[in-house]
Amino acid sequence: MARAVTTQRKAINTAFAWGVGLLIFFPILWTILTSFKTEAQAISDPPVFLFFDWTLENYAVVQERSDYMRFLWNSIIIAGGSTILGVIIAVPAAWSMAFVPSPRTKDILLWMLSTKMLPAVGVLYPIYLLFIKLGWLDTQIGLVIVLMLINLPIIVWMLYTYFKEIPGEILEAARMDGATLKSEILYVLTPMAVPGIASTLLLNVILAWNEAFWTLNLTAAKAAPLTAFIASYSSPEGLFYAKLSAASVMAIAPILIMGWFSQKQLVRGLTFGAVK
Amino acid sequence: MATQHSRSAARLMMAPAVFLLLVWMLVPLSMTLWFSFRKYLPLRGGDLGWAGFDNYVRFVTSSAFWPSVMTTLIIVGGVLIITVVFGVLLAMLLDQPMWGQGVVRILVIAPFFVMPTVSALVWKNMFMDPTNGLFAHLWKFFGAEPVSWLSQASLESIIMIVSWQWLPFATLILLTAIQSLDSSQLEAAEIDGAKPVSRFYHIILPHLGRAITIVVLIQTIFLLSIFAEIFVTTGGAFGTKTLTYLIFQRVLESQNIGLGSAGGVYAIILANIVALFLMRIVGKNLDT
Repeated sequence: MARAVTTQRKAINTAFAWGVGLLIFFPILWTILTSFKTEAQAISDPPVFLFFDWTLENYAVVQERSDYMRFLWNSIIIAGGSTILGVIIAVPAAWSMAFVPSPRTKDILLWMLSTKMLPAVGVLYPIYLLFIKLGWLDTQIGLVIVLMLINLPIIVWMLYTYFKEIPGEILEAARMDGATLKSEILYVLTPMAVPGIASTLLLNVILAWNEAFWTLNLTAAKAAPLTAFIASYSSPEGLFYAKLSAASVMAIAPILIMGWFSQKQLVRGLTFGAVK
Repeated sequence: MATQHSRSAARLMMAPAVFLLLVWMLVPLSMTLWFSFRKYLPLRGGDLGWAGFDNYVRFVTSSAFWPSVMTTLIIVGGVLIITVVFGVLLAMLLDQPMWGQGVVRILVIAPFFVMPTVSALVWKNMFMDPTNGLFAHLWKFFGAEPVSWLSQASLESIIMIVSWQWLPFATLILLTAIQSLDSSQLEAAEIDGAKPVSRFYHIILPHLGRAITIVVLIQTIFLLSIFAEIFVTTGGAFGTKTLTYLIFQRVLESQNIGLGSAGGVYAIILANIVALFLMRIVGKNLDT
């Protein structure tokens, strides 16, 4: 919207918006600041904002005491693995629905979406039981599969909306030139689909990274990702604000950065293409 | 355009995704349905046989049921009102010309990317703690008695935490919708002397109608099943036991599978009612 406004009005807008923005961001900022304090400074009265002795000690201690790296590794495997597996399964499905639509395509898409609406708690025990039977409780593979399944509808949907935007004429032209299905996918479609696939990967890594129902209920110690690691800090064990902050910052930093890159995809992915 | 050959290829390509989701949906669902009609207590004898509708009746008549429904409604309703009202205001603010718009947008949407356990713990300890929390310091500074938020104002506190997480989502979607508004309409209204308030009610709000509906429906589905925020902060104490949390306790804590499964069936029905409306809107959008 390029409406002409006075500089004064723009200045007021700017000040107001920055104020609100910082207020909303403040809990995260405060967590980052606290993570660099000593435990004593973290609970000092009155609180200190910037003028304290900055220290990296908490980050070292969190790693040492709680084996942070193992949880991080679990998170990476679970979020990354479930997303990649999901995309591998979803790409052919989305491709065929976008380019070879049948009268039932719409129903299939909506049905897939409906599986996403199933409240997790409704199937908690069956999944728990199946996990015990399969020996998947507290394993990476089990969580990779469950998170892949809960995000599969979103992955199919996102890919579908991206593929839909690829003009069909190009494919027809390729077919006229005698391209086989394989080379059509490999040389025509793939290069055009890469940006959409990349955004889908990004958003789904974020969703899987932050998933906190199945990761809390299906892991104990071995395969626990960062969501469970942070939850273990909820038991009261004295003064631990600075360490809690350091652990929190480490858990959210990678995803915060990825999230900022995926703003646009977020809207498309989470509204199933209804708002673009 | 599609040949018989490409049709069958397409069906083949769709098969894995459809098959997996079918299994994922049908197997656990039928198990839940089955268990809900059994007297099933793994720690006290296992499967003790057919129970008819006993579990369904007991779940609804237990003293914890109606409070949990109320709690769920209050949390979902409270968060929806806060996120939609402030989301509209924020989206309108972010749509104004200003310096550093990109940075402000990043600041505003950041909470959405914070994992639920982190935001719950950070709010619980560093803001809402009655002795060391920032709110306690703030209250003392103004000479007021610090509040132990999560026990005295537990529902409000959880609504606050969850709203903080979901406000970015509402804002981002509403901002996307506002940006698609034809600005010449607003300019014409401005020239014709329409006051800001009437411009809002007659042009902006109707334009946002669909986006608001989508925000409400999607958030409702996610909010009905919030878990980590309660698990970490109150563990269901102080009147914060939602329907989801109640079922979780029945199933995993007291290991009454039959009862929990009956509750699960209720939760599924509830979610499906909301989902039906959402699907209708999304489905309409598919035709265009």
